[in-house]
Order: sequence, then C-alpha cells, then structure tokens
Amino acid sequence: MFQSKIDTPPRRTAPAAAVRAAAAARAPWSAGTRRDTLFLAAGLPFGLPCVIVIGLPSAALLFGLALLTVLFDLQSTAQRSRVRALRGVEVPGRIPPDAPWLVRLRAGLTWRQAVHHLLVAPLQMLCAGLALGLWGAAVVLTGFFGWVWLLPPGYPLRSGPGWVAEGALATLGGLLLLAATPWLVALLAAVDLWTVRALLGPNRAEVLERRVEHLARSRVDVVDAADAERRRIERDLHDGAQQRLVSLAMNLGLARRTLKHLPPEAMEVIVAAHEEAQAAVKELHDLVRGLHPAVLEDRGLDAALSGIAARSPVPVHLTVDLPGRIAPTVEAVAYFTVSEALANAAKHSRASRVDLLLHRVADRLRITITDDGVGGADADRGTGLTGLRKRAASVDGSFAITSPRGGPTTITMELPCEL
Amino acid sequence: MRAVIAEDSVLLRIGIVKVLESEGYEVVAAVGDAEALLAAVEEHRPQIVVADVRMPPGFTDEGVRAALMIRRQWPGTAVVLLSQFVEERYAADLLANNTSGVGYLLKQRVANVDEFVEALQRVAQGGTALDPEVVAQLLLRRDRDPLHRLTPRERDVLALMAEGRSNTAIAESLVVSDSAVSKHINSILTKLDLPPAEDSHRRVLAVLRFLEVSQ
Repeated sequence: MFQSKIDTPPRRTAPAAAVRAAAAARAPWSAGTRRDTLFLAAGLPFGLPCVIVIGLPSAALLFGLALLTVLFDLQSTAQRSRVRALRGVEVPGRIPPDAPWLVRLRAGLTWRQAVHHLLVAPLQMLCAGLALGLWGAAVVLTGFFGWVWLLPPGYPLRSGPGWVAEGALATLGGLLLLAATPWLVALLAAVDLWTVRALLGPNRAEVLERRVEHLARSRVDVVDAADAERRRIERDLHDGAQQRLVSLAMNLGLARRTLKHLPPEAMEVIVAAHEEAQAAVKELHDLVRGLHPAVLEDRGLDAALSGIAARSPVPVHLTVDLPGRIAPTVEAVAYFTVSEALANAAKHSRASRVDLLLHRVADRLRITITDDGVGGADADRGTGLTGLRKRAASVDGSFAITSPRGGPTTITMELPCEL
Repeated sequence: MRAVIAEDSVLLRIGIVKVLESEGYEVVAAVGDAEALLAAVEEHRPQIVVADVRMPPGFTDEGVRAALMIRRQWPGTAVVLLSQFVEERYAADLLANNTSGVGYLLKQRVANVDEFVEALQRVAQGGTALDPEVVAQLLLRRDRDPLHRLTPRERDVLALMAEGRSNTAIAESLVVSDSAVSKHINSILTKLDLPPAEDSHRRVLAVLRFLEVSQ
C-alpha cells in the first residue's frame, strides 16, 4: 500500500523545491557564490599583460606582442591550474614544452590559445571587474543607513530634506543588487570556465584523435596479451604435461619391450596403454602447435611456415624473403592466417600446387598465397575466409582475394611489421 | 657401447637412460646442460651421444652447438639430437660435413620405443636417422627440376631413404615387395644422375647430397 506512495514522487512540489534549492545556492552568502566570485577574481590578472601591452607606445608594441607570445604557454598553464584548483576541472591539451616551432604553429591549440590570451582574457577581466564592482556597490548601498549613522552629526548628507526617502531607495537598490549579483557572478563564471575549456583544451577533432590513439594502443595491448597468454599456455603444456606424457609412453613402451614373460592378457593391457599414451602425445603435440608453435617463437616465420608447408597435403612452394624478425604478435597472425589458408586450399580448392610468398615491402609484410585449384572462393560466404579477414584486421592488416570460377585463387594480405 | 645423455627434463632423462640400458648401452653420464655434456664427452669419450636441442641456460639451440663441437673434435662419435620441433637448418648444420652417425628426431618420437631404439641403432652403426618431418621440410626447400621428374611413389621412397631406412623397412612401410623398392631406388638414382650403389650409407649420402644438405 504505502509502497505506491513511495513510488510516486510528489510531482507538484518538485519544481518549487528546485527553485528553492536554486535560490538557496544563489544566496549572496552561499558557498557556491563565494566560489564563483573567487574564481572570477582569480581570473582578473590574466587580462593584465594584454592590457598593459596595448597601452604601450607603438614602438614598444611589437616587442610587447612578441613577449606575450612567449608568455602564452606560461599563461595557459596558470589558467589551467586556476581552473583545476577552483573548479576541479582538468583541462588537457598542453603542447609539449620541447615541441619544435613548426609543430606549435600547426597545432590548433596555439591559435586558440592566442585568441584566449589576447582577446578573451581582457574581456573577462573587464567582466570580473564589473562583477566585483557590483558586489562593492551592493554592499555599500545596502549599508547606507549604517554609513550615515557613522557620520558626525551636522554632516550635510544627514540633514538634507528627504534624505531618509533617498536612503531607503539606496538600501532597496543595494538589496536588489545583492540578490541579483550572485546570478550574474554564476553566469560569468560559467562563461569563463567554458571559454577556458573551449580555447585552452582540445577541440572535438583533437579529442577524437586522442581517443583513436588510445583505442589503437589498447587494442594492441589486448592482441599482445592474448598472444602472450597463448605462448604461456604452450610453454606450460610443453614443459609440463607433454614431457610427463612422453615419459609415461616411454615407460610403457619399455615395459612392452622388456616384460616378455607376462601373461598375454597383461601384455594386451600394456600394449593398449602404450598405444593410447602415444596417441595422447600426438594429440597434445598438435594441440600445442595450434596454440602457438615454439618454433615460431624461437626461429621465426620462415622456420615455422616451412613446418606447416611440409605437412600440407597439397605441395607448397614456399619463398620467404624476410630479413630479421618482425613483431611477435604479427608473426603469430601471419602464421595462423597462412596455416588456415593452406588448410582451406587443401579442403576446397582441389589444387595440385600452392605458391606461398612472403616478403617485406617498406614496413609492411606482404603475403601472397596462390593455388591452381578450381577457384570460386567467396570471402563473404566462407567462414574460413571471414576468419582470415578478421585475423588480418586484428592488427590493421589488409586482406584481398581473387578467385574466379575455374581458378586460380590468389589471397593477398598485408600486415604491419610493427604494431 | 658407452653413451652420454643430455636432457634437461629429469623425467625424460630417466626414461631415455632406461631405454638405452635395456638395449645394452652403458650410460656413463646423464647430464642437464650443454656444458656438462661437453665435459662428459671429454671425460668418457662415448660412442654415442643423445642430446636435447633446447637446454639451459639459453633454451635455444645449445644442443645443436654442442653436437657440432663434438662432431668436430671427436668425429667418430655418433650423435642423436632430440628436438621439440623440426628445424631443418639444425639438421642441415649437423649433416653439413658428415652424414654418418647422425640422427635428428622429434622429441615425441621417443614415446615409440621401438622406433627410437631402431633409430639409435642405425646411428650407432654409422647410419643416419632423420625424422620424417625433417625430411619433408628438406624436400620442401629443394624444389628443383630433377625432383619434378620423380613420380609421387618415388618421392615417398626417396623420403624414406633420406630418413635412413633400409630397403626392407621401406618395403614394410609402403606395403610393397623388396624388389619393387629396389626398382624404385634404381629409377630414382638414374633420374638424379647418381650411380646405383648397394651400400645403404652411400645411398643416404647420395640422397642428402641431392638435398643439398652437404656440399
């Protein structure tokens, strides 16, 4: 019952409460108003250099402007720390202090920074000055009767006709100003913050650029981590389970060879166990090779590929022209794509020969796989080919296939040598 | 026959020692790294050495380098290398100067004790024992005209010859008669412009020379 009461919020009172809360936040004595005022006041000095320079005689003006450009970075840093300290807002986008001049000139930030320090900061200084002036006027006017009371008796202001009515008017005006200034201060502070962020921070293009850089980096990390994990599993399996299994099979084989006097039933069991253990050794060997072949890590692509080429049911003509090693993750991608492509060719192409060529073109590894089979492979339908494309894409590689009916089929891949 | 074993995996080392001893070899040393292997060979002068390719401290090709050193210093020592994977360049290095008394096997092959023992005996008697996968990779690299003249059956026979098998073993493996194997071999040797020879060692030498492993 009362749950429904809780579920339905008191809608009609909400706007009123919001207004009350906003008014409380904008009270002249509220913390928010104090912070806004402080923020504006802290912005005052930033317009000064520009105002001073403009006030210089024309001979010194050029020199002054040059000096200002040197001060820009310093000013930006100071602005950012003002915003960070008083608003808790981090404005990124600093140009590295050691960046060459050409990079500086081409960076959009340099120009937005100039606009801010030459144009916006002086304006903001005026606005901040205005706001502080209003505060002063409001306080002075509100306290009119207090000031008058402090004056010595007989002072003209106190004795003129109608001074009480004028004084009441002044107090009223002061009170109105006192109520209005917080709103103005809040508005100016918001505009100030907005211009600092817009002109000293990165613009949308730069934000996106940074995001893309970040994503590219994190994707490389993810791909690398997956590859490292595969290698770790391979190493663990090889050093652990595989060795034990081989030694088990060896002992069973030894028993089979030496225990000639056993009853035939016992021998049968040993023979069966030996066969089973050998099959397990072979299975594990194939599994480990599928994870991450040790030969790839130790000896590189050429040696690893000659292994799969030699085991391929379709004769492979392999040419590897790769001076030195490339990034391990790319080696792994190349290895697995070639392995899958050869398996595909063996399964579907009815080819009698596959030509496999790997060579380096500038900073790209180009892989060409050609078979003389029946063709008709379609990258949009075959799941195997989609897998190849995905593998290539995982390191920003390109993948292309031409496979007219009747053949031949050519797969071309290009992978970056370094990530 | 004195034997020295170098294998860093203790389990496997014990297993290999047992196999060799059961075959009547006298295992004079069983060590875990290449340095100890060289020291043991220096001290015991064994007739046969069984060594893992990948050993401490680098876990790369310590075994191959030790084997080459042993072959250079004591050319009569038969060497069988065990490797986790096939790397034909190791085999090529090993076979470069002398093909007699050399073996290069995948580690997993030792699980089949019969085959392993047979390979050991072949090498101990001055023969050659190459893993089928090594041979397949060596053939892959020698994609030259004379090879194309061979029929697929003749290629199979050539591969088995390169592993170091006898005619009888080839006949068994291909399920054909001995005389058929002889015929294939004669045909291969003719096609490769190599004079026919009865001696199996010279035959292997001829095959490997054709594979351009040796100069």
